[in-house]
Amino acid sequence: MTMTTENLSAAEADKDIVATTEDAQLDAVKPGLQYGGTESQWQLIRARFRRHRLARVSLWIMAVFAIVAIFAEFLAPKDPHDVQARYTYAPPQALHFIDRDADGWRIKPYVYDYKVEVEAESLRRVFRIDETKKIYVRFFAEGFEYKLFGLIPMNRHLIGPEKKRKPLFLIGSDRLGRDMLSRLIYGTRISLSVGLIGVSMSLFLGVLIGGLAGFYGGLFDAATQRVIEFLRSLPTIPLWMGLSAAMPRDWSPLQIYFAITLILSLLGWTELARVVRGRFLALKSEDYVSAALYDGASHVRVVLRHMVPAFTSHIITAASLAIPGMILAETALSFLGLGLQAPVISWGVLLQEAQNIRVLATAPWLLAPGLAIIVAVLAMNFIGDGLRDAADPYTH
Amino acid sequence: MIAYLARRLIAMILTLLILSMVVFVVIQLPPGDFVTSYIARLSSMGEVPDENVVEAIRAQYKLDDPLFVQYWAWLEGMFTGNFGFSFEMKRPVAEIFSQRIGISLTVEILAIVVMWGIAIPIGIYSAVYQYSVGDYVATIVGFLGIAVPNFLFALILMYVCYVWFGVTITGLNSPDFANERWSLAKLLDFASHVWAPVLVIATGGAATLIRVLRANLLDELKKPYVLTARAKGLKRHKVIMRYPVRVAMNPLISVVGWVLPTVISSSFVTAIVLNMPTLSPILLRALLSQDMYLAGALILFMGFLTMIGTLLSDILLAWIDPRIRMGMIGAR
Repeated sequence: MTMTTENLSAAEADKDIVATTEDAQLDAVKPGLQYGGTESQWQLIRARFRRHRLARVSLWIMAVFAIVAIFAEFLAPKDPHDVQARYTYAPPQALHFIDRDADGWRIKPYVYDYKVEVEAESLRRVFRIDETKKIYVRFFAEGFEYKLFGLIPMNRHLIGPEKKRKPLFLIGSDRLGRDMLSRLIYGTRISLSVGLIGVSMSLFLGVLIGGLAGFYGGLFDAATQRVIEFLRSLPTIPLWMGLSAAMPRDWSPLQIYFAITLILSLLGWTELARVVRGRFLALKSEDYVSAALYDGASHVRVVLRHMVPAFTSHIITAASLAIPGMILAETALSFLGLGLQAPVISWGVLLQEAQNIRVLATAPWLLAPGLAIIVAVLAMNFIGDGLRDAADPYTH
Repeated sequence: MIAYLARRLIAMILTLLILSMVVFVVIQLPPGDFVTSYIARLSSMGEVPDENVVEAIRAQYKLDDPLFVQYWAWLEGMFTGNFGFSFEMKRPVAEIFSQRIGISLTVEILAIVVMWGIAIPIGIYSAVYQYSVGDYVATIVGFLGIAVPNFLFALILMYVCYVWFGVTITGLNSPDFANERWSLAKLLDFASHVWAPVLVIATGGAATLIRVLRANLLDELKKPYVLTARAKGLKRHKVIMRYPVRVAMNPLISVVGWVLPTVISSSFVTAIVLNMPTLSPILLRALLSQDMYLAGALILFMGFLTMIGTLLSDILLAWIDPRIRMGMIGAR
């Protein structure tokens, strides 16, 4: 036991010794990154990560996405399933803050109401912004009822019209007069969670399979290598689609949701397994690992106590780089009608509405979920890049 | 070289066999067998299934036999070109295949050519002029290429062309030409349509290629032999094009192996958005109506195409790099 503790990696040992407050440490680390030699591994990683400016900004962006996903009900002005047939394809309303009238001005947010025009040729109803009628908007307004975190019953929303049934479509409405902004906010929750849960599942598979292959090597390793090569040589989208098309039609949305994430992770674990296997192979020959083994430590202990801490950062990096792929895959599947199905709202399901060019020409705001996808995927990629640079703070 | 080729061929055949098993499992996944879903589909169209036809299908797919026999019968059909029958189009699958495979392949090959055509000059430029404005632009465009899903790019392109230029870029031929025989006029019309899907498919992969080439070339440019060649008075562009670029290109050829699956995947989605008469819409419709035999045949076929492509790239790589030919280093 004493033997093994002494043989902990330098990082492990440092973690116990360093007892000063984190902030003081980081201030010392920041300028020019001169390591004092007493920082823990994670402090070094954080300091490295902070140097990657894009990654830092992206982290904030993803934090906003996460907040949107967690507080979706509160942030959405309208019930995303609420059909307002009177306002189909209503254009976005601009939010004004300063209300001017005959008496002067005051700060009172409002949007303009719509007026309906009938196009002469196509006899189609078109909504225009009517600058003569104002709809006053209030923060923490009463709206549809919901349960925050599934527990606390509430009916307040960040923003809402003063009179409940008045239209408020800050980024427009869809085919059935549902509020795009609310749908986008709800979609964020589903799309991000698919990415997160999918990656968690492939992480589990990847660490298990890659770990076994890397630690024991031999026949099992050779077999997994072949399986990985095989899976990587396939065009993924058709295969994903085949698997999701095979789902029974009478499954509930929740079942479909989990089936889709499972399908994504079944084909997505390979890259993670490759990384884990590589790290295991590299660490197996380290002195401290051999020492622990000779000291009679069990395999489980050697792996969990000595090896895993040494490559956790690499796993986190690989996982964060895998999330955008998951999000993109779910979006593509749902877009094609083979992923999540209609009552469930995800970015891909929302984009399905934008398939028709004529619809798109009259209501370009239906592409808004696309912007969310691009921003989220870019941000995740940058975070992954930043983590990759920071993952191994002892190099250079 | 021959030994190497033989090894690769055997590996490919084994992979195909495994893929066929996976696909067969996928075919078997939906509840109920082929005939029950066939009857369901017929009755949903208001037709009464013919007893003889049902029996014939049962016999053809050997549905009363054990699973292994069924698999073998199906595989045999795949090899002899008997891909089954599409219920929606009421035609044998093989006929649809032969009609559409040419267009699918043309678009995909064009996309790969364009991908390399874009990636190589840009990759070289951003490595040689590292941190220049052009390099930053290339990096940003590259990141966008990774982050924007193909179908979204296709949608945006479609929207921009329609709203700004009043052009619909769906399909691969104007309606007037759709059923014509191939002629120069039709070819020109084809060219005026095909650029959109080719561009969409090419950008996604090009982004990755640019990053790979840039990184490799940057490593290579730092090596002393480049400095030596320059010191001896060789012109800058001559040095770069003749030595470091050639070395940096090698990994670019080996990535064909994983670029191909991506190209086939993305051409699939793009074809559906842009409504192209390729195999993809047929696969999508087959999947949506759970016509699993047709879908399975198509997926297997796409996998087969991918593997042929990978094999070709391996051969190309072995031909270019003697170290791989001699088995000194792996192809990937």
